[in-house]
Amino acid sequence: MGVIYRREMGAFFTSGIAYVFLAGFALFSGLFFSLGVIGSGVSDMSPMFSSMFIIVLFLIPILTMKLLSEEKKNRTDQGLLTAPVSLASIVLGKYFAALTLFIIAESIVFVYSIIIALCGEVVWSTLLGNYFAMLFLGAAFIAIGLFVSSLTENQMASAVIGMFVLFVLYLMDSLAANIPVEFIQKALLSISFYSRYVEFTRGVFDLSSIVFFLSTAVLFNFFSVRVLDKRRWG
Amino acid sequence: MIEVKNLSKRYGDKKAVNDISFSVGKGEILGFLGPNGAGKSTTMNMLTGYISSTSGQILINGVDILENPIEAKSNIGYLPEIPPLYVDMTVDGYLNFMYDLKKCKLTRKAHLKEICDLCKISHVRERLIRNLSKGYKQRVGLAQALINNPPVLILDEPTVGLDPSQIIEIRSLIKKLGKNHTVILSSHILPEIQAVCDRIIIINKGVIAADGTAGEIADKLTNEHKMTVRIEGSTHTASDKKEIADALKAIDGVKYVRADMEREKGIYDYDIESDEEIDVRRAINTLCREKDWNILMFQLSDMTLEDIFMKITSGDVTAVRAEDEKKSALSGYEIDFEKSGAKTEEAASDAENSDDGEASVTKDKKDKKSSSKKGGDK
Repeated sequence: MGVIYRREMGAFFTSGIAYVFLAGFALFSGLFFSLGVIGSGVSDMSPMFSSMFIIVLFLIPILTMKLLSEEKKNRTDQGLLTAPVSLASIVLGKYFAALTLFIIAESIVFVYSIIIALCGEVVWSTLLGNYFAMLFLGAAFIAIGLFVSSLTENQMASAVIGMFVLFVLYLMDSLAANIPVEFIQKALLSISFYSRYVEFTRGVFDLSSIVFFLSTAVLFNFFSVRVLDKRRWG
Repeated sequence: MIEVKNLSKRYGDKKAVNDISFSVGKGEILGFLGPNGAGKSTTMNMLTGYISSTSGQILINGVDILENPIEAKSNIGYLPEIPPLYVDMTVDGYLNFMYDLKKCKLTRKAHLKEICDLCKISHVRERLIRNLSKGYKQRVGLAQALINNPPVLILDEPTVGLDPSQIIEIRSLIKKLGKNHTVILSSHILPEIQAVCDRIIIINKGVIAADGTAGEIADKLTNEHKMTVRIEGSTHTASDKKEIADALKAIDGVKYVRADMEREKGIYDYDIESDEEIDVRRAINTLCREKDWNILMFQLSDMTLEDIFMKITSGDVTAVRAEDEKKSALSGYEIDFEKSGAKTEEAASDAENSDDGEASVTKDKKDKKSSSKKGGDK
């Protein structure tokens, strides 16, 4: 796993994806920080975090788009799959590489906290709550993105489908609001990433949501392994 | 070292590989020969665990590739048809990556240096793989297969894209490697297989069409019961042709005569086949002496590897197998054929009925016909 992780980290930077992702994240979070936090004169960064949901939704598929699709396209998967390593370690190596980059991007909020500390007081409990909420959200989204990447050979298709899937998940709440049947509404809301995430930005630390995000991550990584395995049986 | 039992791979309705079995011993270089789409790469991908088989078993060093893939794969070095190179890495970075991926325990620096020297890529180690020529990419692909010194090497068309001198280098390298590795090599370049391999398996339409040692198949097979004779008749006209053909047919033991092209003015070549037990050459000579005909050329049919390959890979497999089976019986060669089938015999009698007067056909046509007919005949 470690060796694949290291290669993917290197590839993120040589391919430039890391820079695009980090710059995108810094740009939008900076925008929301200066408008929503500094602009409105509050020291709570929660508004920025809730606005970042939609940005993360579009940035993560860029991060994951080529992780598995390009291996297949360039036939480099032949090297990986015929090496004495397990499928799970291939998938997880890639997964954790993407997650690491996400954590690096997200950690820019600590720079913002310094800025806030200069003019006011940082509420660390809210900040860390938000930070980890976004981390778990990212963990789930990256697993979904990686899974989508395992399904196609085309990295652009992988990115677009990934964004589409995540966007549909984002729309779950409005969808639920428009369906008057109660149990469907409940079901849709229970898989709503947005409502769960926004709870955190309002200061509610919900353990069940953490479990939800983490189990989504585990589930989709498992699916990715199954896709790789199934392809061999094609 | 490698044992393959009743291996099949099915893609939907299409059987890419159909029930093949073979084994390769330690230190043997096995050549896999076959046209595009014959199932070479599919077989190799199954051997290396890249894809799984639909049925059958593969043992690498006694370890089942499906039951214990990690252990089995650690015994294999694989160079696929398209080398699995990350073009955004340097050669050195890539080889180090593969070194780690294969959990190699040999001394990193010395081992990689040895491999790079062997594959002659030491001077490009710092370059990005993206910027290398096809030949160098191929060598890097070969280098990664050698990492961890695996006892089994599986090379899918290793010399594709190399220039002639590189091809010779790689071939001699493979020969060298064959001394302490088991090598399976696929190619559709016949001389290459001939030059490098101890043993050849010809695969066509997913089945093994021939399996024999390189020497056996590659050496020109001479058949005393098949020959081409150029006979000059007395009148130098087409009536000669019929007369001579009929007379040849009347010789005891001759099964099949076909008048071939007019090679010189009024002089024809005759393709003759006889019973395997009977050597008709002297009888032909006697006949010509009696009739006062002149034998201008006498040639036993040689079978080059190309001929065998062409025959096996074009046209009716069943018929070809039947022919080669006879050939192997005749020459004591070990060639595996399963069925010779009633179909063949039918084809043979058909062929015999329409033997005689096919005279001037174009060369191409003739070759095609003769191969299919010879295939069906006898």
